[in-house]
Amino acid sequence: MIAPAAIAEVHDHLPTISEIIETMTFRAGYNTTLVIAGTLLLGVAAGVIGVFALLRKRSLMTDALSHATLPGIAIAFIAASTLGYNGRSLPVLLVGATVSGVLGVVCIQAILRHTRLREDAAIGIVLSVFFGAGVVGLSYIQRNHSAGAAGVNGFIYGQAATMRPSDVALMGGIALIAILSSLLLLKEFSLVCFNDAFARVDGWPVTVIDLLMMGLVVLVTVAGLQAVGLILVVALLIIPPVAARFWTNRLWLLVLLAGAIGGLSGYFGSVVSALLPRQPAGAVIVLSCGVVFSISMVAAPARGVVATSIRRLRLRLRIAGDHLLEAAHEERAPVISRETIVALSRVRGWPAPFRSLMVFLLRRGGLIAKAANEGLRLTEAGVERGARVSRNHALWEQYLVSYADIAPSHVDWSVDQVEHVLSDELIRDLERRLAERAVALPQEPAS
Amino acid sequence: MKFSVASDLFPLLAGVLAALTCGLLGNFLVLRRQSLMGDAISHSVLPGLVIAFLIASTRSPLVMFIGAAVAGMATVILVELVKTLGRVEPGAAMGVVFSVLFALGVLLIEQAAARHVDLDAECVLHGQLESLVWYDAPDSIDALLSFKAFANVPRQIWTLVGMLTASAAFVLLLFKELRLAAFDPAMATTQGFNATVLHYLIMLFVAGATVASFDAVGSILVIAMLVCPAATARLLTDRLGPQIVWSLLIATGTAVGGYAVASIVPAWFGRDAVNAAGSMAVTAGVLLSAAVVFAPRHGLISRVVRRRLLASKVARDDLLATLYRAVEAGGPIAIGQARRLLAGRSPSRVIARAGRLGLVHIDGDVVSLTAAGRAEASEVVRRHRLWEHYLVGEAGLAPDHVHATAEQLEHLDAAPPIGPASDPHGRPIPARDR
Amino acid sequence: MTVAYHRKPVLWDVDYDAPPNKLIAIVGPNGAGKSTLIKACLGLVPRASGQVEFWGAPYRKARSRLGYVPQRESVDWDFPVSALDVVCMGRYRRIGWFWPVTRSHKQAALACLDRVGMRDYASRQISQLSGGQQQRVFLARALAQEADLYFMDEPFAGVDAATERAIVGVLRQLRSSGKTVVVVHHDLQTVPEYFDEVILLNMRVVASGPVRDVFTRENLHKTYGGRLTLLSEASEAVARAASGEGPSR
Repeated sequence: MIAPAAIAEVHDHLPTISEIIETMTFRAGYNTTLVIAGTLLLGVAAGVIGVFALLRKRSLMTDALSHATLPGIAIAFIAASTLGYNGRSLPVLLVGATVSGVLGVVCIQAILRHTRLREDAAIGIVLSVFFGAGVVGLSYIQRNHSAGAAGVNGFIYGQAATMRPSDVALMGGIALIAILSSLLLLKEFSLVCFNDAFARVDGWPVTVIDLLMMGLVVLVTVAGLQAVGLILVVALLIIPPVAARFWTNRLWLLVLLAGAIGGLSGYFGSVVSALLPRQPAGAVIVLSCGVVFSISMVAAPARGVVATSIRRLRLRLRIAGDHLLEAAHEERAPVISRETIVALSRVRGWPAPFRSLMVFLLRRGGLIAKAANEGLRLTEAGVERGARVSRNHALWEQYLVSYADIAPSHVDWSVDQVEHVLSDELIRDLERRLAERAVALPQEPAS
Repeated sequence: MKFSVASDLFPLLAGVLAALTCGLLGNFLVLRRQSLMGDAISHSVLPGLVIAFLIASTRSPLVMFIGAAVAGMATVILVELVKTLGRVEPGAAMGVVFSVLFALGVLLIEQAAARHVDLDAECVLHGQLESLVWYDAPDSIDALLSFKAFANVPRQIWTLVGMLTASAAFVLLLFKELRLAAFDPAMATTQGFNATVLHYLIMLFVAGATVASFDAVGSILVIAMLVCPAATARLLTDRLGPQIVWSLLIATGTAVGGYAVASIVPAWFGRDAVNAAGSMAVTAGVLLSAAVVFAPRHGLISRVVRRRLLASKVARDDLLATLYRAVEAGGPIAIGQARRLLAGRSPSRVIARAGRLGLVHIDGDVVSLTAAGRAEASEVVRRHRLWEHYLVGEAGLAPDHVHATAEQLEHLDAAPPIGPASDPHGRPIPARDR
Repeated sequence: MTVAYHRKPVLWDVDYDAPPNKLIAIVGPNGAGKSTLIKACLGLVPRASGQVEFWGAPYRKARSRLGYVPQRESVDWDFPVSALDVVCMGRYRRIGWFWPVTRSHKQAALACLDRVGMRDYASRQISQLSGGQQQRVFLARALAQEADLYFMDEPFAGVDAATERAIVGVLRQLRSSGKTVVVVHHDLQTVPEYFDEVILLNMRVVASGPVRDVFTRENLHKTYGGRLTLLSEASEAVARAASGEGPSR
């Protein structure tokens, strides 16, 4: 029984272009606009504070925290109703949620401190036991206060569409506070996340900063309960920072991007759920986060999978090319026959497509060219490069033999790995050391 | 509130069966620090169930099982991919995968509901134990043994029985491999039991247990039962065999207790029964807290008690040693002096207790050692001086530094084996007189 | 002072008075408690007994005059910050709560990077630095703290020759500007060359004092001549008793 997205502004037909544009530009009626703006703010807040949860390696602690809010909501409702107040008042329910959420986190810490159980078990225990208690409370409400049950149940899967303006204002307000405080404390949070021991020696109250960080996580979680639901609100804290991490290695950019991804997902989710029937906002928001995450993981230039594997492949191709040039140089064979390449491939374990790609790159780099008779020949640049690689190889080999006391017969293997990654600085250092020991240096290639 | 075979037997049985299945498998998750993988899987089987249902348009257990197993395996693989390819921290990787899959499931259910399909997202969370009614329940023993009685047993029960049997067989057959893989995966792999394969097998069974349990007890109880009984058992024992037995007992107790509480306690207040699955999860938490407090070796109380016992032994040892040194120096000492020497550790009580134990003799204002007290005191002083000797001789510490350290060490049962005649300060080391 | 780690005593009866304006090495075998000693001095691990004083004052009062270089492995180098950002962390104490890092502090941090020969790498993400370069960044951060007494945990572990030279250069600069540096060190060969004072440690202080007096074959033999098995067993027993757990079965 997911809260139906059935308010007046929701359509049963496919939306027209003008409806889409109206909704997207915040002109689709007061309520819808408020909800969209509110979820946008919530997304930004969750993305920003989620960065620190991720960097402090506490992502899943937030999952336990959000599940642990349910019994608080149920108890707050029952208590308020029994005392004759309106149990569905959002501030009351959120206070209950905060108290039991914090209690859940305290329980995790207590389990870690006083028992031999590990973090994963502690999180699982708190998550399931608290949520079970919440379910008990909900079923009690359902059977004894049937009137209020719908409002409270909505917290599990979220009910963005039925939020009242005052609810949205509360959510947006909390989100705004969270964003501002985490920007204000950016420096302190990053210090503690990176190196808490150093922070402590440097005189920072690490425990207080940690509590502030966790407090902001609690605030954002509680704020997001009604819009996104307590099972999925954790996604809004985890996914945007993880997705943003693929794009950048800068902290402030990471915070900015995570906020943007969270905000966009919140915006997009509530727009879709306002336009189309049967699209629960919480799920759409999380799925949009998921889409951004998948794109980031695959395509991001900084740390994405494609970019990383291309970089790795290029390095391997360069090393393989070096090997080929070196082999040609050592055989003093200006012409590389097809057989040579195939034989070398067999030794080195290069598959055929890799081999072709390597030859193509060498040709494009002007290191080899087509010879008259079917085969390939080294260009002048290729000869020089082959000589240089071959010399590095010899240098390193002599270093290992004369300095590291490695048996000459064992050297070749380690040399193969190293010779291609030697920096110029290191090569000069090698030459200097070998010269000190009066080891005969291989000839510098004529250039 | 009376137990009724028709309306209570199967809900209870389903709870127990689910608890046993999950409790059994949970042992390996907790040991391998993979508890949250159970959490992730039980969230993310949701889209698997819905998709399988939408494709096959049937709720037959086999179809559901296949859907859930595929989704469960997909979760494990996706988490692994995000972790290794994307270099994402394990917890966050898990969070990303299961929340996206769960959101997908929620959306699909909502879409399916448009086509008047009977799938219910809340049910997935807290199950519908109460709906497992035994129609035409047998009213006599003869009827119970007839074929007809079994024809009406709900299919959820059969699914759970099947899953429990399969899991038990899996654990029994592969017990030694599972134990090794949980303790030392690298070693297991070098021994020829591929730890990764075992890991995936466990995850497959967890996915199976989730789907077998979900429409009876809901995924929340699955998570609770995967983690809590095993964690509780881990506090009670240090060995895997007994731990599994304990976890099964605790799982059964949790299910029965939770069910009873759900139906009985509200009745006291004239209210309707509350959700049984949730109540079982809470019971699991209560049992765990009890274990945290009362466990024989690792529990809080037993640790406090042992610390107290140690403290009182330390105080007594100190009293005896003080008296022994006083005798060495010239004679028995006044109670006031002994109190001052034991400052800060309620000396009157220490002295009174030592008197009751027959270690000291209180004669008016003077405290002296009895024969038994002298024997014990000389042992304490002997250990103290042996440690001093060791710390100075072997560890090379300065003689004027070692008294405080030896003061700590003298209360241990062990003492350095070397036996010179005197300590670094030139005082005699008492001989063993026992 | 006696230091207990997880209620298990790992250092017994350490008693040492560091002379000012010296380079001091802490040397000892693995598991001797070298890192634990400086962590205990800095209040990062609890002390079972005893006290540490800096210039006659307790740690709390002296904290602003202390600098710290933790072990390189103690942090996640995949953290999204640049070398300059890390060095700026050393200035945070001066900047104070809430205020952002201003240009002048960045300049100061850059100067510190320059002193360790890392100015060209200021904008590199820290995971793209070699181990030695990372170590130099940590050193630069400590320099940015502008302390009077530095504690460095294994700064020479696994670094290249260039880094080793850079670190030694910085240590000498620090000494000539009147600072004191306590370094956990593992390379015995370089002790006499790099340091003025040495503490030989193996669960207790075997010897301490000026290098030429203390750094003798006999003392080294005592330090490295195997663990004091009885003392380690006693540590275990004290730990068990203190945590209230019974004897292990």
